[in-house]
Amino acid sequence: MAIWDYANPTRFLRLVEIILPWLIAACAAAFAVGLYKSFFMAPEDYQQGDTVRIMFIHVPAAWLAMMCYSIMAISSLGTLVWKHPLADVSAKAAAPIGAALTFTCLVTGALWGKPMWGTYWVWDARLTSVLVLFIMYLGLMALWRTMEDPIKAGKAAAILTLVGALNLPIIKFSVDWWNTLHQPASVIRLDGPTIHPDMLVPLLVMALAFTLLFFVLHLMAMRNEVLRRRVRAMRMRAASVAAPATARATAQPAE
Amino acid sequence: MTGWVGSLFARELRIAVRVGGSGMIGVLFFLAVVSVIPFGVGPDLNLLARIGPAFLWIGALLATLLGLDRLFQADRDDGALDLLLMAGRPLELVVLVKCLAHWMATGLPLVVAAPVLAIFLNLSPTAIGAVTLTLLVGTPALTLIGAIGASLTVTLRRGGLLMAVLVIPLTIPILIFGVSAADAAVTDPVPFLTPFLILCALTLISAVVGPIASAMALRFSSD
Repeated sequence: MAIWDYANPTRFLRLVEIILPWLIAACAAAFAVGLYKSFFMAPEDYQQGDTVRIMFIHVPAAWLAMMCYSIMAISSLGTLVWKHPLADVSAKAAAPIGAALTFTCLVTGALWGKPMWGTYWVWDARLTSVLVLFIMYLGLMALWRTMEDPIKAGKAAAILTLVGALNLPIIKFSVDWWNTLHQPASVIRLDGPTIHPDMLVPLLVMALAFTLLFFVLHLMAMRNEVLRRRVRAMRMRAASVAAPATARATAQPAE
Repeated sequence: MTGWVGSLFARELRIAVRVGGSGMIGVLFFLAVVSVIPFGVGPDLNLLARIGPAFLWIGALLATLLGLDRLFQADRDDGALDLLLMAGRPLELVVLVKCLAHWMATGLPLVVAAPVLAIFLNLSPTAIGAVTLTLLVGTPALTLIGAIGASLTVTLRRGGLLMAVLVIPLTIPILIFGVSAADAAVTDPVPFLTPFLILCALTLISAVVGPIASAMALRFSSD
């Protein structure tokens, strides 16, 4: 199985070294095209004016925030079911990126909401769902931080991620029941997108750019996490070698 | 089969209601939360009647969360949790029984206290009945979902705060349907039964998901 070949962290790091420069280049190119298109080529909205351009950041961030949770859920399955050694690294690395994306989504949404809806925040269903997602990302990060042993923390976080993945659709449904004001989805629909191609193209390019950015950051964070664990293992080994000697040294003056 | 379930249930219940158990303290906390609300929002009786069901629900949620650290922590401290893990019984069932006993000791007193506290908040008799009924159906779900958080944080020395942060997002659906069912009983056009049945469904779902996830977390925490 191909994914098992990269269970070895060294082999994974070597793969990252090869892929990462290409991915970064593709990401920069996609952002260059996407930003140019969304700032200079996309027309102003007849109602929203220039503020519509916020959507080119807001919508991809929201999509990616959801995709990030899916990746974490799949990684958690990998941790619990297959015990893949890189799965919990992947889940841990994804959480802060997901939190940043939800935060971007909330902030750009608030900035857009002020001129459009007349308020920064409304307790609307979609906004509330994203806020709940944000809190769940932060909770997962806190859980990671409070446990010292990365393997144990990985398992605990994996359980919580999967329970969250089960619960998120229920939360989404119940919050929709509770209150809704946000416009319904206008790009992914059965009868085709309702927005004009002039705006749709920059949006899709920006979505691609955000996806590439996510993978760049995710791979970098995974690499850092692998290295961090190596440092931790080396420190513990050094401490276990040095500990008896220092214990004797500190014990002597007390006698 | 039923023998050990019964004796485990009796043991949990006995420990929970003794001194050091948090059943009665939970009710006191509930009373304290409800009695500071008028200081926060003002003594207007009409306003209190309108937001009363919501505050009873939030009070019950907070009281449940505060009591949850007793669920596994005390057993871990004295080593009983390790014995339960090694007993060879299905751990999911053990967790379910523990949750049930914990709910009997901490959740049920909240439900019983709710009608009395509802009078403070100027609720009509219909609203009192509806809030009590929704709390009766919904608080087991709070305990069962909370068990997940309690078992995840059982190894941490001061996990209570983190547990609340982890559990609260998961309880939002229960809160929404509990409060909307209670509100629907008072305001006419909305049917009471729809949100109430969804609340029942949520409780049943959490009776499955809670013990499974919680047992898994306990197994991982033990080694």
